[in-house]
Amino acid sequence: MTDLPQQTQRQLGLVIDLDTCVGCHACVVSCKGWNTENYGAPLSDQQPYGADPSGTFLNRVHSYELTPETGPAQLVHFPKSCLHCADAPCVTVCPTGASYKRVEDGIVLVNESDCIGCGLCAWACPYGARELDLAEGVMKKCTLCVDRIYNENLPERDREPACVRTCPAGARHFGDLGDPDSAVSALVAERGGMDLMPEQGTRPVNKYLPPRPKDQIDEQVDILAPLLTPVAEEPKGFLGWLDRALDKL
Amino acid sequence: MTQPQLDLSPPVSDEVRKTTCYMCACRCGINVHMTSGKVAYIEGNRDHPVNKGVLCAKGSAGIMQHNAPSRLRAPLKRVGPRGSGEFEEISWDEALDMAESWLRPLRESAPEKLAFFTGRDQSQSFTSFWAQNYGTPNYAAHGGFCSVNMATAGIYTMGGAFWEFGSPDWEHTKLFMLFGVAEDHDSNPIKMGIGKLKARGATVIGVNPIRSGYNAVADEWVGITPGTDGLFILSLIHCLLKAGKIDLDYLARYTNAPVLLDGDPKSPDYGLALRDEDGKPQVVDRATGKLAAWDAPGIKPDLRGHIRRAGVTHASVMHKIAETYLSDDYAPEAVATRCGLTPTRIRAIAGLLAKTAFDEAIVIDQPWTDFRGERHEQMIGRPVSFHAMRGISAHANGFQTCRALHLLQILLGAVETPGGMRFKPPYPKPAHAHPKPHAKATPMSPLEGPHLGFPMGPEDLCLSDNGQPQRIDKAFTWENPLSAHGLMHMVISNAHAGDPYTIDTLMLYMANMAWNSSMNTRAVMEMLTDTDQNGDYIIPRIIYSDAYSSEMVAYADLILPDTTYLERHDCISLLDRPISEPEAAADAIRWPVVEPDRDVRGFQSVLVDLANRLDLPGFVKDGQPLYRDYADYITNHQRKPGIGPLAGWRMGETGLTDGRGAPNEAQLDSYIANGGFKTFPIPEAAQYYKPWNSAYQDYAVGMGFYDSPQPYLFQLWSEPLRRFQRAGEGIGPHQPPEYLRQQVVEKFTPLPTWYDTASDDFPTHALTQRPMAMYHSWGSQNAWLRQLHGHNPLYLPTKLMRQNDLKDGDWAHVTSPHGRITVPVAEMAALNEHTVWTWNAIGKRKGAWALDTDAPEATKGFLLNHLIHELLPPKGDGLRWSNSDPITGQAAWFDLKVRIEKAPPQEISKPDTDAQASPVPAPPTELRWKVGK
Amino acid sequence: MHPAPSIILFTTLSGLGFGLLFWLGIDPTPPTGWVAFAFFAIAFALSLGGLAFSAGHLGRPERALKAFTQWRSSWLSREAWAAAATLIMAGLYAAPLVFVGTTFLPLGWVTGLLALATIGTTSMIYTQLKTVPRWHHASTPALFLAYALAGGALMSGRVTVAIPLLLVTGALQVWVWWDGDRRLARSGTDMNTATGLSGQVRAFEPPHTGSNYLLREMVFVVGRKHALKLRIIALVLGAALPVVLLLMPFGHWLAALAVLSHVAGVLTARWLFFAEAEHVVGLYYGKR
Ligand SMILES: Nc1nc2c(c(=O)[nH]1)N[C@H]1C(S)=C(S)[C@@H](COP(=O)(O)OP(=O)(O)OC[C@H]3O[C@@H](n4cnc5c(=O)[nH]c(N)nc54)[C@H](O)[C@@H]3O)O[C@H]1N2
Ligand SMILES: Nc1nc2c(c(=O)[nH]1)N[C@H]1C(S)=C(S)[C@@H](COP(=O)(O)OP(=O)(O)OC[C@H]3O[C@@H](n4cnc5c(=O)[nH]c(N)nc54)[C@H](O)[C@@H]3O)O[C@H]1N2
Ligand code: SF4
Ligand code: SF4
Ligand code: SF4
Ligand code: SF4
Ligand code: SF4
Ligand SMILES: [Mo]
Repeated sequence: MTDLPQQTQRQLGLVIDLDTCVGCHACVVSCKGWNTENYGAPLSDQQPYGADPSGTFLNRVHSYELTPETGPAQLVHFPKSCLHCADAPCVTVCPTGASYKRVEDGIVLVNESDCIGCGLCAWACPYGARELDLAEGVMKKCTLCVDRIYNENLPERDREPACVRTCPAGARHFGDLGDPDSAVSALVAERGGMDLMPEQGTRPVNKYLPPRPKDQIDEQVDILAPLLTPVAEEPKGFLGWLDRALDKL
Repeated sequence: MTQPQLDLSPPVSDEVRKTTCYMCACRCGINVHMTSGKVAYIEGNRDHPVNKGVLCAKGSAGIMQHNAPSRLRAPLKRVGPRGSGEFEEISWDEALDMAESWLRPLRESAPEKLAFFTGRDQSQSFTSFWAQNYGTPNYAAHGGFCSVNMATAGIYTMGGAFWEFGSPDWEHTKLFMLFGVAEDHDSNPIKMGIGKLKARGATVIGVNPIRSGYNAVADEWVGITPGTDGLFILSLIHCLLKAGKIDLDYLARYTNAPVLLDGDPKSPDYGLALRDEDGKPQVVDRATGKLAAWDAPGIKPDLRGHIRRAGVTHASVMHKIAETYLSDDYAPEAVATRCGLTPTRIRAIAGLLAKTAFDEAIVIDQPWTDFRGERHEQMIGRPVSFHAMRGISAHANGFQTCRALHLLQILLGAVETPGGMRFKPPYPKPAHAHPKPHAKATPMSPLEGPHLGFPMGPEDLCLSDNGQPQRIDKAFTWENPLSAHGLMHMVISNAHAGDPYTIDTLMLYMANMAWNSSMNTRAVMEMLTDTDQNGDYIIPRIIYSDAYSSEMVAYADLILPDTTYLERHDCISLLDRPISEPEAAADAIRWPVVEPDRDVRGFQSVLVDLANRLDLPGFVKDGQPLYRDYADYITNHQRKPGIGPLAGWRMGETGLTDGRGAPNEAQLDSYIANGGFKTFPIPEAAQYYKPWNSAYQDYAVGMGFYDSPQPYLFQLWSEPLRRFQRAGEGIGPHQPPEYLRQQVVEKFTPLPTWYDTASDDFPTHALTQRPMAMYHSWGSQNAWLRQLHGHNPLYLPTKLMRQNDLKDGDWAHVTSPHGRITVPVAEMAALNEHTVWTWNAIGKRKGAWALDTDAPEATKGFLLNHLIHELLPPKGDGLRWSNSDPITGQAAWFDLKVRIEKAPPQEISKPDTDAQASPVPAPPTELRWKVGK
Repeated sequence: MHPAPSIILFTTLSGLGFGLLFWLGIDPTPPTGWVAFAFFAIAFALSLGGLAFSAGHLGRPERALKAFTQWRSSWLSREAWAAAATLIMAGLYAAPLVFVGTTFLPLGWVTGLLALATIGTTSMIYTQLKTVPRWHHASTPALFLAYALAGGALMSGRVTVAIPLLLVTGALQVWVWWDGDRRLARSGTDMNTATGLSGQVRAFEPPHTGSNYLLREMVFVVGRKHALKLRIIALVLGAALPVVLLLMPFGHWLAALAVLSHVAGVLTARWLFFAEAEHVVGLYYGKR
């Protein structure tokens, strides 16, 4: 199963809006919660109350400081989970076939009962999207909530990934990126959605919407300043203006 | 090629139980998925008015909170010395007998000797009712150190503030300006709101020394120097006023800008409103040129109104506003440097405000009728909105800064208009419609009224006949007259000092006073353990209710262990701090979605039990207890006839009704069936202009918020402040002590003002921010959350890093006038260059929270609190002034200034507090959480 | 990458073992009897021992056999096949040598070829990884083969072959270090492509203050000075000292010393091979 499908019927994935993400980690924890209780083995934690706590998470939020050529430094919150690459190197390296990309929707999954925990797929992934669960000894990764998105035991409106459902800022969007008419594709087109590490040749399905330009207002001061033309120079004059303005009301 | 067959529709859970989150005070609705009778997964409730389905990191991690190994298991009696953490588990009978035996004699002799303070309490209308009936004046929740400036400034100025009181009109606003907010109480709604603005491409301006979180996504970042927002805002006002970019019609109709002030310096009422025989402030009617009461039907109040009588001119408030703020002192050029900004940026922002408010006004075709009887065909919106929180309120000039912000919003006509800021019911509610404070203790009888309230002048202060404070926290005294939330941060130090008197029993609920919620933490720990010559504790008895093994637990004599939030009844009541949104009032409950597996009890039910044992009025009638437990109280208690803790599904004359009605035994079941909450939508015509909109006023009366319509004017000129100032000027029977006279005159200005609170002795501002994924001290016991924030560096701006030759991971000594801590540092470029900061409340005492003693929270984590004192260092006058706002007593956490020096590498951050013994078993070394499968 | 003892031992030992099998396989006059037994036993011990250590790196070693299934696409799977095939062929070749003293040379050639292929597949596991630019280079199989051949020659007592091979391997290693230091920069993957952000990008807060699998496994950082010291040690022990020892008048003790020195050198070089390898995921953590 380690071959990649030539093409998939759909390309389900996430669009993450870096202009909107406030870095709250809600998606991180809802993902942890859902996937601890659902798909495959629970996401375990080692030394959960000890000196060096660590555990398996399928989604993590980084933050980067960006120093533009001019203007003050900026901060960008940066959620990252599996990007469900079209040319997923994690799949082709897998010796057991545990890693595969679904033909129907392009979701990249690990079949845990086949996984020997060799870790090679995690080495092959440029994005750090795979974590070996220490308790279970198998590879864990984002499932795109495959056990939610089609789940008939969930109300229709809940058939979306846990992280998307929970994101308070609405910075995460889910849909078919293979369909140019989908809402996510439109968003990508409109906002210039981008790939991470395109040079790695993985052709990620997930897209990131770049932050909008920031700190531009000083440049508009020529347009804005006339709005502040004084109605009078002296407080007395101001009261005179007030009277005239009131008459006009 | 085959791929595995997946079950795409696995069962999700056996059952979903809907209740209210309590990982913070936002109080979102949650769906608790139950499998095999255990909590399996928690998600947001899509139908809930607060979160509409989303859930923050803490909320999703609730399962780890609910199952934390730090949960207390049974009542505890202290056996070791205070602070040691050595306890013995006892039965509830023994615990309640002990509490009763302490509380009964106090009530019989001196009820004020019980000080009952509650922290993250979400049942204040209940706990205060208990304290009131016990008869002690010494009750408050934690608002005094939290954000009383914000709440009070809002209520005195416009009958409500931000957060629970109001929020931006997210659907319509085009320009949103956020002052000093890292997270807020309204956690999810703010994120949802910002998300909406971002989706629409609206502009967000973040005013904050630190550019993280919300400020990171802001389109414009105003990296202001801490403590100077008031100056910046008044400069914006200066620019707008000078350009005439203010909403004249709005000011004339809905604010006291047209109200005439007594202009006679010899009059006792100098600077107060001219009033008619009915005591109503007067305006000049522009139609007739005559004086009229402000609310007279059909009048058009004249903003420029003035009259001359007996050689004295009495002019409108608008004159004062123009006079004050047109002064060049507020010109951008005059303030920019002090604020750490440029004049260009200030002007650009003022310009953008003007452009958006007036050139991009929005109109909603919704007729409505105002309180003067005038019908308006449309609702005109100024789509600029503001939100602010502790960044401006936790300074000693915070009250006036918050007022300045309200003045700005109101001048733009952007409060209660489409696109601006909207109140959440039961707000708007002006200060004069709130109760006044009560503090006279009488043995064996209840207090005459509620503890907390809104003084309208010096006569409302809580002083005894000899001028002594009646309350242990000295709330409502000349030191901080408008301390509407009490001063919890002063309780322990005052009780320790016996000033104004000593107490016997300190009862605390849900407040980590021995750690992160105290200033000067180390000293507070000492005060709690300090003994007199006889070796008795100076604070003789401490009762505490916590659910977890916190630092405070170690300092109590008797622990009444609470349940977790999934195991008890709670009531989020319109009498208290409800969960309303601008378009609908709402209230909610929590209910035991699981039964406790430990010998613990909901603290409110324990209070009911204690009240019954103590025969407290209000709880016991004719020797018979009125309520079995808290659930019974929620259902059957009536504050006024027809008004109870919950407004939904009450018994009307003809059937079930909302708002006013008799108790309904099935009420809680109805709430549970409805998802744990109930909304009470506001009619369309009542959605905006609420303080003046007759449709809204009728709705509010129907809901029982007030008994008759209460329209009012926004108080740009604050008469209560003027009354205090007048007393300072030597007028009237109640006057401040001499040492406070000048402070009262200078700071209680009836129009918002700015004064500097930063001392020059130390060069660098030091702040804390709340991490979005942690709630104060609770987060660290959560196995998932502590992996995200397990220790905290002190973030330094690039310049300070270079100056001190520091790199990430190095250590630094941080010195304030009160002490020194030694902590790890890290660099942040997107930071005001005079400011350092860290995450709040990550540092933990060793042994607390069922963490291993070498947990990073205890070794690398640290608190800034050690550097902050509740008193300022002695000044020239030899006095130690309080480190708080002189008007409200709000703790000035963010006035802290420090000096940074490089330190040699350390093993552990300093001060290094010794370990407390853990009253709970050791935690597991691995988690593989999965229930039922 | 985390220099896990299990993989360092695996690649070092199995490299030597298969290197030795190569030389044994192509020997036109192979030893027989006890001598053959000794050589083949050493080769088997090394390669099997190496493979056993590699299983130590697995989360689920009991399922290791599943690794044979994906030979069409996975180098790890191919390696499993190659190793198994080599050992079987070597067994078939060795048995008659040891027990009957008969030589069936074509079997030896096949064994030799398979041994080379095994070393090649092992190296391809690393070479294929675009995510580790230092490894993603033709020099990786070359170096693995060179080490295996030199080590094998040394172990099989082929002094005249071993000396030039050791020198070539040493030289190749030096160049690989020099060039390897530039490969991440050359790869075109950096903070900007990782984040898609333009301008100067610096990692601010990590996503978690606790550690995790990624940090432990892929974000290992060695100090420059430390690395330089180890490189010198690896070079001296792995190539220089063995050559010097081999140039001295022959003696069993000296030869054994040369082998030990070489093994220690290769272990050091392998430690560096992993420890110095920068996985691009480190960029996300600001650790590159
Ligand atoms: N996740 C989470 N949510 C919480 C809490 C929690 O612990 N965790 N706590 C709850 C509680 S009790 C409260 S009170 C609220 C508080 O919520 P916030 O008001 O957001 O409080 P802080 O996190 O203290 O953030 C204060 C902000 O003000 C900024 N600031 C400080 N001084 C100045 C100044 O002079 N000017 C300006 N413009 N900004 C300044 C700081 O940089 C910081 O960003 O959060 C509530 N919500
Ligand atoms: N340096 C600095 N210090 C600050 C601030 C700051 O900005 N900077 N902010 C201040 C502010 S605004 C606030 S509000 C305070 C907050 O400080 P605290 O009010 O002390 O808040 P917590 O740390 O959350 O502690 C509350 C206690 O309630 C307990 N608890 C949790 N759940 C339950 C429950 O269900 N039942 C019971 N009975 N107990 C429970 C917890 O275990 C904990 O011991 O901190 C203040 N301290
Ligand atoms: S992101 Fe990583 S794990 Fe996911 S498909 Fe791409 S390479 Fe594989
Ligand atoms: S760890 Fe599991 S999924 Fe990954 S490559 Fe190895 S066998 Fe395949
Ligand atoms: S899609 Fe599901 S598995 Fe993937 S990050 Fe989101 S919540 Fe986690
Ligand atoms: S939940 Fe949304 S806003 Fe929060 S960190 Fe995740 S993507 Fe960002
Ligand atoms: S904001 Fe988060 S923690 Fe607070 S109530 Fe809502 S979900 Fe719970
Ligand atoms: Mo607070």
